[in-house]
Amino acid sequence: MSFDVSNLYSATAEVFVAIMILAIMLATAFARDIARGLAYVLTQLTLIVATFITFFTLEATSDFAFSNMFVRDPPGGILKLMVYLSMMVALLYGRGYLADRKLDRPEYYLLALLTTLGMMVMITANHLLILYVGLEMMSLALYALVAFDRDTARSTEAGMKYFVLGALASGLLLYGMSMIYGATGGSLELSAVHQAVASKGVDKTVLLFGLVFLVAGISFKLGVAPFHMWVPDVYQGSPTAVTLILSSAPKLAAFALALRLLASALPELAGHWQSMLLFVAAMSIVLGNLAALIQHNIKRMLAYSGISHMGFMLMGLLSGGEASAAATGYSSAMFYAISYALMTLAAFGMVVLLSREGFEAENIEDFKGLNRRNPWFALLMLFVMFSMAGIPFFVGFFAKFSVLQAVIQAGHFWIAVLAVTMSLIGAFYYLRVVKFMYFDEPVDNTPLNASGELQVMLSLNGVAIALLGLMPGTLLKWCEGAMRAAFVVGG
Amino acid sequence: MTDIPFLSLAIWIPILGGLLVLATGPDTNARMARVAALLTAILGFAVTIPLYARFETGSFAMQFEELRPWIEYFNINYHLGVDGISLWFVLLNAFMTIIVVIAGWTSIQSRVAQYMAAFLIMSGLMNGIFSALDGVLFYVFFEASLIPLYLIIGIWGGPNRVYAAFKFFLFTLAGSLLLLLALIYLYNTTGSFEILEWHRTPVAVGAQTLIFFAFLAAFGVKVPMWPVHTWLPDAHVEAPTGGSVVLAAIALKLGAYGFVRFALPIVPDACREFTWLVVGLSLVAVVYIGFVALAQTDMKKLVAYSSVSHMGFVTLGFFLHNQLGIEGALVQMISHGFVSGAMFLCIGVLYDRVHSRQIADYGGVVNTMPKFAAFFMLFAMANAGLPATSGFVGEFTVILGAMQESFLIAFLAATTLILGAAYTLWMYKRVVFGAVANEKVAGLTDINRREFFFLALLALCVLAMGLYPFPFTDVMHASVNHLLEHVNGKMLPL
Repeated sequence: MSFDVSNLYSATAEVFVAIMILAIMLATAFARDIARGLAYVLTQLTLIVATFITFFTLEATSDFAFSNMFVRDPPGGILKLMVYLSMMVALLYGRGYLADRKLDRPEYYLLALLTTLGMMVMITANHLLILYVGLEMMSLALYALVAFDRDTARSTEAGMKYFVLGALASGLLLYGMSMIYGATGGSLELSAVHQAVASKGVDKTVLLFGLVFLVAGISFKLGVAPFHMWVPDVYQGSPTAVTLILSSAPKLAAFALALRLLASALPELAGHWQSMLLFVAAMSIVLGNLAALIQHNIKRMLAYSGISHMGFMLMGLLSGGEASAAATGYSSAMFYAISYALMTLAAFGMVVLLSREGFEAENIEDFKGLNRRNPWFALLMLFVMFSMAGIPFFVGFFAKFSVLQAVIQAGHFWIAVLAVTMSLIGAFYYLRVVKFMYFDEPVDNTPLNASGELQVMLSLNGVAIALLGLMPGTLLKWCEGAMRAAFVVGG
Repeated sequence: MTDIPFLSLAIWIPILGGLLVLATGPDTNARMARVAALLTAILGFAVTIPLYARFETGSFAMQFEELRPWIEYFNINYHLGVDGISLWFVLLNAFMTIIVVIAGWTSIQSRVAQYMAAFLIMSGLMNGIFSALDGVLFYVFFEASLIPLYLIIGIWGGPNRVYAAFKFFLFTLAGSLLLLLALIYLYNTTGSFEILEWHRTPVAVGAQTLIFFAFLAAFGVKVPMWPVHTWLPDAHVEAPTGGSVVLAAIALKLGAYGFVRFALPIVPDACREFTWLVVGLSLVAVVYIGFVALAQTDMKKLVAYSSVSHMGFVTLGFFLHNQLGIEGALVQMISHGFVSGAMFLCIGVLYDRVHSRQIADYGGVVNTMPKFAAFFMLFAMANAGLPATSGFVGEFTVILGAMQESFLIAFLAATTLILGAAYTLWMYKRVVFGAVANEKVAGLTDINRREFFFLALLALCVLAMGLYPFPFTDVMHASVNHLLEHVNGKMLPL
């Protein structure tokens, strides 16, 4: 392994974020009086600068570094940008919420940056071990974040639950990786794994056994059935500011994990992992939608709806595979993941907006009469709910549309029928939220006193959902172009 | 011929105007909201007039076309255009919007801006449905129009409004999701979302059957056809007057329009194959729902069932596969738009005063409201299909068309003339004639100038269409003939 300084150029963003983490740690240790504000501002600044770095070092083709352990390609670039954006928005939404609960300690922002760094490494990894290191860096920081409200039983319980199950899933993933390593004669690098599998003489039994563990690990990180058990409890137990983080950026990183492990490293086994994902997707869509129907807690409802959304996303992923269809399938999945991140941020942002000191707006009933209390935010929440239900003109419709198009093109007609049937059931619980906001009179007439920045950002978020629904063309084209560059030879 | 994008204006003026009205905010600005809504509605109607004035009658081609790429990735275009089939629905929709705004002028006192905005936005979206020539554009408008109506029923509706709003939304969504799958399937086979392109593309017979049933589900629920009509009486009963008017006059037409724009030309062979099914369901709607209407005690429910029965006539006409049938059905659609809208407005006039829709709560209304009774008489007669009113033209033409196919179908269809007269006039008799039933009726005041205005306007339309239907049918001939040639001439080798 030779090292060349020019390798560092490819990892500028990662290196920058890592340095900033240390810098913020030191700064907040010394400037104790202003530590809370300082940590927040520096964290946002770090994310903004990282955005610029990643944006200006975007490449049209794949660029490998550190002896092929590290890859910078267009899908990775877009996903990283979306991760920064999600984190920035999530931290902004959560700030007032944390301050009200005296949780806005500098460590919160450090952990948020650490988890971001983990996601960045996951997205850029081209090596089984690096992927695992990124995944663990993301997960460990998230465990701590979930348990951040350490004086409440709910938060610590959620943290423990997440940690035990998450560690188990990481173990499964690592076990799967070790089998791939063994079966391919010692390949850890993804392109080497690909080549080894493509050449004959690989022990298929061990390989497939490993694949099962990989799919299980990925499913856990995405939070899809039957590895979804942690999702509702952890979403509900975490402080809402953490739920904001949990539900958005890590899903994008987990999507990258799936893309790297399944699409880049094991396209030869596409038939196998596609049928596994088919089962997982179908189960998530059914289970997520049915369970969401009976929830009273909005965080749990959104958690179950998230399970079904991830199932939809997997439908796009599993319709890739073949060379020509790869771009269509993977890009529809990426478009879905990005749209979902936008929608879930807005939805939990709305929960934060309605919460105040000493009051958690956790029940769907807390949305009662929102139209009377504040018509503008009721309208935005209406956008979010109809978007999640997949009604046009909102971005959620085109996300569902592109996934359905890909899955029908790939010939899985029955799962398309199942998915639309289930989204009909799903429409019911989204409509119920709209019903509480618009058809009912408010029980709680406290004026909303959220900070100005939260209100502005939430408005932008809601309007973006509508505007992307009117003009989804550009984002779709970016996703497709990125996937074509990465997966279609000569594309 | 012209560079002014009249269709885009007809779609976006009401939508943007609706957003402006929404911005007027709380009920303290209610007057401003009402005036702004009225101006927007009038402007929205004004831009549709050139569509008729400049329409080239002899041509079956799409006119006033606008074509711009929208989502190039999926080859989706912002493609608008009207032909003789869709032209009148755009005008009807824009016209009814004015009526609805005026009708809600004083009866809506809470969240006025939102009410007016919902109707305006809905009107724009429905113009989009009638003029879309791209499958996804059509679908997007079709689905999006559910949102305002859901809110209208749910916010301003009666005591059971939540149930009605959910039922309406979920029933319609259930059908249209299958439509979405059919559209995607067509895209994957043809590589295009152009409706006109699909008209030209032959589809394999097996796929035609599946697509036909997807269309039947989507449009059948919307029409609504028996046995999926049950959402309609609930929605009508709970909706505020304006909501019922738009629902009956325009929203039901969307389903029927879908049959002529999608089902007949895209899957003609399946349509012929399953003619028995659609004709059968239509006849059940005409005859059985006619009897159901007879048994109603709630005026709105009665008119709702009569709508189902009349729409059964429309689907029957489309699947007779002859010119009289299709043109009669189209005329019936327009006429039903005026008549059912007017019937709901009349019931609304009574409801505003007495706050009851029960027939039993009325009696002898003619003694206190003579002007109203005269208008109500005219609309009731039109609903029953009396000659010289618009209701007669469509029904009679469809029956003539049915006669060409089979005597039995014509015979069963013709029972509507008896049943329709029976349930409408019997209701009219119980409500309007007889001795003054109670103190509430005795204290009724006759219609004011505002109510007189919109009822008179509709009465003019109903009479004009009944006496001189030429302007309505004239524009249709070319398009309908073209459609028929297409449907009848295209049997695929099996």
